Amino acid sequence: MKITVNVDDVRYDDDVEPRLLLVHYLREQAGRTGTPIGCDTSNCGACTVLMNGVSVKSCSVLAVQADGAEITTIQGLGNGTAHPLQDAFHEEHALQCGYCTPGMIMAAVDLLRDNPNPTEQEVRDGLEGNLCRCTGYQNIVRAVLKAAGRAEVTA
Amino acid sequence: MTTAETAAREVGRARARKEDARLITGQTNWTDNITLPGLTYVAFVRSPYAHARITGVDLSAAREASGVIAVFSGADFAAEQGSLPCAWPVTEDIVLPDHPAMAVDTVRYAGEIVAAVVARDRYAAADAVELIDVSYEPLEPVLDMEAAVRPDSPKVHEAGNKSYTWTLANGDMDAAFRDAPVVLERTYRQQRLIAEAMEPRAVVCTAVGGEYTMWSSTQIPHILKLMLALVTGIPEQQIRVIAPDVGGGFGSKLQVTAEEVLALLLARKLGRPVKWTESRSEGNVAVHHGRDQIQRIRIAAESDGRLRALDVDLLADMGAYLMLVTPGVPLLGAFMFNAIYKMDAYRFNCTGVFTTKTPTDAYRGAGRPEATYAIEHIMDDLAAELGMDPLEVRELNWIKHEEFPYTTIAGLTYDSGNYEAATAAAKELFRYEELRTEQSARNGDSAQVRLGIGVSTFTEMCGLAPSRVLGSLRYAAGGWENASIRMLPTGKVEVVTGSSAHGQGHETAWSQIVADELGVPFEDIRVLHGDTQVSPRGMDTYGSRSLVVGGTALVVACGKVREKARIIAAGLLEVSPEDLEWADGRWSVRGDPDQGKAIGEIAFAAFAAHDLPDGVEPSLDSDATYDPDNFSFPHGTHLCAVEVDTETGWVQIRSYVAVDDVGVVVNPQIVEGQVHGGIAQGIAQALYEEAAYDSSGNLITTTLADYLVPSAADLPSITTARTTTPSTLNPLGVKGVGEAGTIASTPAVVNAIVDALRPLGVTDVPMPCTPERVWRAIQEARGGAR
Repeated sequence: MKITVNVDDVRYDDDVEPRLLLVHYLREQAGRTGTPIGCDTSNCGACTVLMNGVSVKSCSVLAVQADGAEITTIQGLGNGTAHPLQDAFHEEHALQCGYCTPGMIMAAVDLLRDNPNPTEQEVRDGLEGNLCRCTGYQNIVRAVLKAAGRAEVTA
Repeated sequence: MTTAETAAREVGRARARKEDARLITGQTNWTDNITLPGLTYVAFVRSPYAHARITGVDLSAAREASGVIAVFSGADFAAEQGSLPCAWPVTEDIVLPDHPAMAVDTVRYAGEIVAAVVARDRYAAADAVELIDVSYEPLEPVLDMEAAVRPDSPKVHEAGNKSYTWTLANGDMDAAFRDAPVVLERTYRQQRLIAEAMEPRAVVCTAVGGEYTMWSSTQIPHILKLMLALVTGIPEQQIRVIAPDVGGGFGSKLQVTAEEVLALLLARKLGRPVKWTESRSEGNVAVHHGRDQIQRIRIAAESDGRLRALDVDLLADMGAYLMLVTPGVPLLGAFMFNAIYKMDAYRFNCTGVFTTKTPTDAYRGAGRPEATYAIEHIMDDLAAELGMDPLEVRELNWIKHEEFPYTTIAGLTYDSGNYEAATAAAKELFRYEELRTEQSARNGDSAQVRLGIGVSTFTEMCGLAPSRVLGSLRYAAGGWENASIRMLPTGKVEVVTGSSAHGQGHETAWSQIVADELGVPFEDIRVLHGDTQVSPRGMDTYGSRSLVVGGTALVVACGKVREKARIIAAGLLEVSPEDLEWADGRWSVRGDPDQGKAIGEIAFAAFAAHDLPDGVEPSLDSDATYDPDNFSFPHGTHLCAVEVDTETGWVQIRSYVAVDDVGVVVNPQIVEGQVHGGIAQGIAQALYEEAAYDSSGNLITTTLADYLVPSAADLPSITTARTTTPSTLNPLGVKGVGEAGTIASTPAVVNAIVDALRPLGVTDVPMPCTPERVWRAIQEARGGAR
């Protein structure tokens, strides 16, 4: 099937198998390998991207469902400069191996869009769909709260 | 230069990490990101039976499928696949069965590989897997360790279900137990766990002109290279292994896997590059599991609480085969059951048992969390038995800070420690006395929600490991680590380390150490690792060893650079080397500090080689291999408060305080992160996670929907602090931190739950302490239905 997708501000016209997952499309056809895959049951959230500004787990979306959509991956965040969440993750040591980080940051972008001034518990609940095995989440929560304190936090 | 002008030390600074730049922007190099011209994709057919004879494999339909390049069964590799390696045959008479990468005639766990497809893309490979028809004759599964060691049990292997029995004993056990005023005997169960590194395993392999390059999501590129050569017979110098960005390991990537060996063999057979990436549900059955022990533990004590002796009997589930260090994992606990306590006698006995389950092997802490859990649990039981405070009974028995160095009943010499200081700090942060007061006020018989306080005063042996000790324990390799320093002509530095980071932050911490040792800016240092062609010598990353062993190798290598630089500088300055002194990256003339040469100038002089003293080689590079004399012994006191709802069994962690003593800290932010993550994994064992099997031997927790890795919503915020008792065993004074949190936290949480329920008659809740299990333990104690 033919699809037209905007990925990180680049337009792609492609012919894809109907069963192709968006995450495989992004990684293997659009070459956006910054979005990794952590599971096959949509539990881990590592593959979270923004589709038309809203976070989705790209393993749970078919490429054909993204026809006409605007996709933002971790590689397209921040328009060339670091996004405040990226800075906050760095400063607060909110990542170790970094595998969950792209999904965690993209989920946090959406979380702060919904709720610009979350409490700690709201951050914890809001990131429930994204698993991290390294950090115990404490510094991730800290980073999101820190980024929330900055006026320019929007996707 | 005056002291005031001395540059601030890098060691001890909370430097934000260098590696983050690529990780937060998605510019990562995970193995699954790698594409190569002509790359083909591998998928495996895995056994759905726990135990079966393979009676036929029909590959014909798959061979005909679109996009399929080749299809193989075990018979195709029988002659060349060798046996997957076990590097730790712990006894002379160990049963060490052949372990084919692809099963040929029998499968011994659900998930074992029975056929392989190579196709042009991953979807075609997955489709072809569905077309392969394997016929099985099911055999009886062997799922229960205690049943497996009975003579009438079906056998996993011809030689039987006992792999080995290993014993350590010191002191007169009979005398200690005879007439002991207090004897307690308990049985604890360490459930089976799955590491669940966020990056699933992946491997890419090329075979070009008899030379092989493998990219693998591994913790151990160096060991993997050696083992691939030994297993396949391919000459070692023809193999290069690269661990690119690796997304966590926790021991699960401390392995030489069937998939890696088969990727190599497939690349060789087909002359094409191959890639295999596992799915999570494939990984849950195929990645080695952790823990899984039945622990019978007995203590003898005086009526005042002083320990006389400790007797430990373990059954350790090996799973179906012995993998890289499978049999050795319980031995790492053998020296740790006695923990921080003094006693007169100790006996440890472990039997490794085969079952038809996924093989077990190292998982964060490997042997030490098991030991710590058991001793810390029974110390609480002892306190309860005697009506003492759990910390009081510990203090009575622990090694006092003035008694170090102290040789324990298990034979290790702990160089340093201060359990008093860590415990005092933890009690204060936790407000221990206040919470105890609240507890006695609140926990009346009718209280539905009860407060529990859990204590864990742990130590561990890490910094693996002195090669001689490993040799005496029959481990096949050494425990040294290598580092080299490349002084570049511009004064910048390339640091090559044999440890292989996968989230630990070596690029940052190693830069901090070298910055101090050579007096060069942090930013001028680049750390290279994880590629056997770049770092030819290494023993890789596991067992909280990288900083203790690899960091010391760095210090030694930097020392060599400085000494050589001194000779070159002396030549340039036309003075004797003895007249020079080192400060802030400069050799200068004693008493005349303006006369000197900075390390960068000396590096350029060494490169140009115009004015080197006679006989001095034109290079300022150095190389060092460090073999430690002893393990290191981090310790700490963790305190946990839980609220337990007796009607629902729900457990809520109310507060958690961790005071760790990991010696000198290179980067406090990284250390804190390791402690947080370690504690999270220990809490996960206590409350959430278990690899569970059904009665026919199928893993039922194959996904992250069933195997409950906790989310941010499931975990508390943790209060951390440190005491600093430097290790006396290495020049940095460091002890290692990667496993401490995991070792300490599981007993802290379970002790808190049991503490809340003890007045109801509960003495244990089996892990994971799910609401159902907590509720059942309460019902059982009340004499109700189980």
